[in-house]
Amino acid sequence: MVLAELVQYVATGLLVGGVYALMSIGLALIFGVMRVVNFAQGDFMMLGMYLTYFYAMSGSVDPLLGAILTIPPFFALGWAVHRGLLARVTGGGDPQRQMDAQLILTLGLSLVITNATTMILSPTPLGIRTAYATQAFALGPVLLNQARSYAFAMALLLAAAVYVFLTRTDLGKALRASADDPEAASYQGIDVRAMHGLAFGTGIALVAAAGGLLATYYPIEPTVAGNFIVLMFVAVVLGGLGSIPGAFVGGLVIGLVQSLTLLVLPFQLQNTGVFIVFLLVLYLRPQGLFGRRARTV
Amino acid sequence: MASRGRGWLAIVAVVAVGVALTLLVQERYHHRVLTLVFLWAAMGLAWNIISGYAGQISFGHQVFFGIGAYVTVLLVVKAGLTPWIGMGVAVAVAVLAAVLIGMPTFRLAGIYFGLATLAYPLIFRIVMDWLGYQEVAIPMKREQPGWFMQFNEPRSFDLLALGVLAATLVLSRVIETSRLGYRLRAIKENEQAAEAMGVDSFRCKMAAYMLSAAPAAVVGAVYIHAILFIVTPEAVFGLLVISQTLVVCLVGGSGTLWGPLVGAALMVPVSEILDTTVGDRLPGIQGVVYGAALMLIMLGAPEGLYWRVRHAFRARGGGEATRLAIVAPPAEDGAAAVPTETVLLEVRGVSKAFIGLQALSDISFDVREREILGVIGPNGAGKTTLFNVLNGFLVPDRGEVRFLGQAVTGLRPSALCRRGIGRTFQVPRTFQHLTVLENVMVGAFVRVGPVHVAASTARSALAKVGLADRADALPTGLTTLDLRLMELARCLATAPRLVLLDEPLAGLSGDGVAVMISVIRGVRTRGVTVVIIEHTMQALLRLADRLIVLDQGRRLAAGAPGQVTQDPAVIEAYLGKRWLARMAAR
Repeated sequence: MVLAELVQYVATGLLVGGVYALMSIGLALIFGVMRVVNFAQGDFMMLGMYLTYFYAMSGSVDPLLGAILTIPPFFALGWAVHRGLLARVTGGGDPQRQMDAQLILTLGLSLVITNATTMILSPTPLGIRTAYATQAFALGPVLLNQARSYAFAMALLLAAAVYVFLTRTDLGKALRASADDPEAASYQGIDVRAMHGLAFGTGIALVAAAGGLLATYYPIEPTVAGNFIVLMFVAVVLGGLGSIPGAFVGGLVIGLVQSLTLLVLPFQLQNTGVFIVFLLVLYLRPQGLFGRRARTV
Repeated sequence: MASRGRGWLAIVAVVAVGVALTLLVQERYHHRVLTLVFLWAAMGLAWNIISGYAGQISFGHQVFFGIGAYVTVLLVVKAGLTPWIGMGVAVAVAVLAAVLIGMPTFRLAGIYFGLATLAYPLIFRIVMDWLGYQEVAIPMKREQPGWFMQFNEPRSFDLLALGVLAATLVLSRVIETSRLGYRLRAIKENEQAAEAMGVDSFRCKMAAYMLSAAPAAVVGAVYIHAILFIVTPEAVFGLLVISQTLVVCLVGGSGTLWGPLVGAALMVPVSEILDTTVGDRLPGIQGVVYGAALMLIMLGAPEGLYWRVRHAFRARGGGEATRLAIVAPPAEDGAAAVPTETVLLEVRGVSKAFIGLQALSDISFDVREREILGVIGPNGAGKTTLFNVLNGFLVPDRGEVRFLGQAVTGLRPSALCRRGIGRTFQVPRTFQHLTVLENVMVGAFVRVGPVHVAASTARSALAKVGLADRADALPTGLTTLDLRLMELARCLATAPRLVLLDEPLAGLSGDGVAVMISVIRGVRTRGVTVVIIEHTMQALLRLADRLIVLDQGRRLAAGAPGQVTQDPAVIEAYLGKRWLARMAAR
């Protein structure tokens, strides 16, 4: 009986972790290619949730499909944000200061998006009703919520698609080349600025889609980003900043840790487990579980 | 240091203006805005100590603000203790928290540090919720309002907040003009170079962190009594606190005490006015304005308004006449220029491997006092790795280094520098935003505390290398020769027994080489031992008493220059047969 309970917690954790994994991949891609920690990542996720809600309300589009449909507009939005904002930040030529400036810029962007959404839309939480949100698959004694299971499956599919894109296509290889060594990549005729736009657009599209999947079972509100951005940071650091497989595993681990923390700590302390894992990883293995680059002092 | 007195005068002026505004303003609401300006300026200044001066960007500084608020209020609620004393307790708790947080977190560099700091306020938020402190109201104390910081007169809060601001300004000014301030700026500019110049970066960062935690805790305590009256985890540990702090500092400009002041004076009234005029209809307008301000400042003037305006008013160090390097070659006066038999540095069986590459294997040699020892070898021979081991950047896998008879293997660079080992770098590592004099002063601080003493030590070190007339220039305007001379002066200012010079002749013109060689000779004449890495044999033959040849991490040969250049192994591996032929033809 105890074993069944444990399996239940593990299963629940993994299902949630799949969606975390997808959103973290987006953040890792952006960091890996551009060396920018995108503070606004959670806000684009929130906007993805709203767009999925809008699809569902105005066109009765199922949120699982709606999540996929967020990809094209958010890719364009991400591209535009890069072109219009991030690419314009120079930091006065010093690369370290440029990164700091871009980081602060995304922090500002995050504040604007959260608060503007509160202003324009109402702060009241919304939800998308689906038949499967309250159903569960029963695997013996273990119950798997259907909405979470579908979201998990979709997240895996999208993550696999990203992986294939990065490893099997020329464009994906060019992207990885610009991540490894922008200067060398540019000597090979790769337009590094365009690659940055591609990375940012893709990263934003992924997190928006993850938001859409999340919307099948999580309330939608303007301040939802705050609950997730830190989880994404933790997942990405856990996997090694910039490593995409690392971020994927990191996301799954976060889901697991969150779920298993409930076995030993009260519900309010659910996220302390995550933060403790985060700090432990930072202290013991700052390059993350999958990181190649050791930190340089 | 002409601006010394001016800085203090400016602080007095700021406080005077603050008092005048406090007396002039009539409406209660305007008093509130004034209090907020003072408090956020102080909070910005607190953040500026660790993130502005030391460059360690903290996204979790509200942790100390929250600790200040919670500790003070809980002491009132639980023990009836006046916040005037409670604040002191809160500061102690905050400083202790800074130590506990800093210990593990300062092991992390760059963005990892920033990300780690994010986690602490979140943990505090969760824990406060869990402890049942979701909302703690300050109990009303009608009989002793002043004793419990519950003034009816809003002017009192203005003055209290102004007092906090004034104290934080004074603290910042003291740090800015002290040894710690110079060291923090050096760490921000180049942590490794700072370490090599004797700056214990961990201790300095920790000191800065503790000093920045204290005012943040005071601001938190006063903010609760003046503005909020109820503590909630969200209100004191939340994202809005750090956003406001960042906005104030970054809009105004960090790394100076005037930046946060400018930022607060500008941003706080704007956001307050918007909040009261349209805040009802548009909740979140404050957040939008702050976010937009951050974005605009990063796009338009990422260094902040203060620096932007300052640079516009003064163009520094440019347009000087080209300088002729006139360095009187010090006389090779007998005794001082002759190596003694005393062994200064012993290297025994040192090995160091990087993944798959044996950079040094079993290297042993002695350095005698007052000799000039040349280390030569082709690229990748392990020369710089050897220096990195000798000055403590790398810990060898095996072997031992003894300096003045004591084992020093594995000591930090700053500790080795204090013991008397200085070094320069193959690519000069300067503190970009410090003047030449200030660069050299960072080295001088190893031996002396007071700023004016360090300045005069630095001036004399600059004079020794013939760079006295560039003292006030910024490194960005210097030639390669001048940069290398400045690095040497910075190293000499640490009063070393032994200097390690990593390719000091690289990239110099013929004249430059001559100047550098005479300066290095002068260094030895003053009794300092020199170990020098070079590529080019010719230059070293003119300079060195002895040579050590490295190849692929091994010691190939050692001895007097004439002897080493005749060594068949050296010719084979390094010099080549043609060199031998050319030498023979002479």
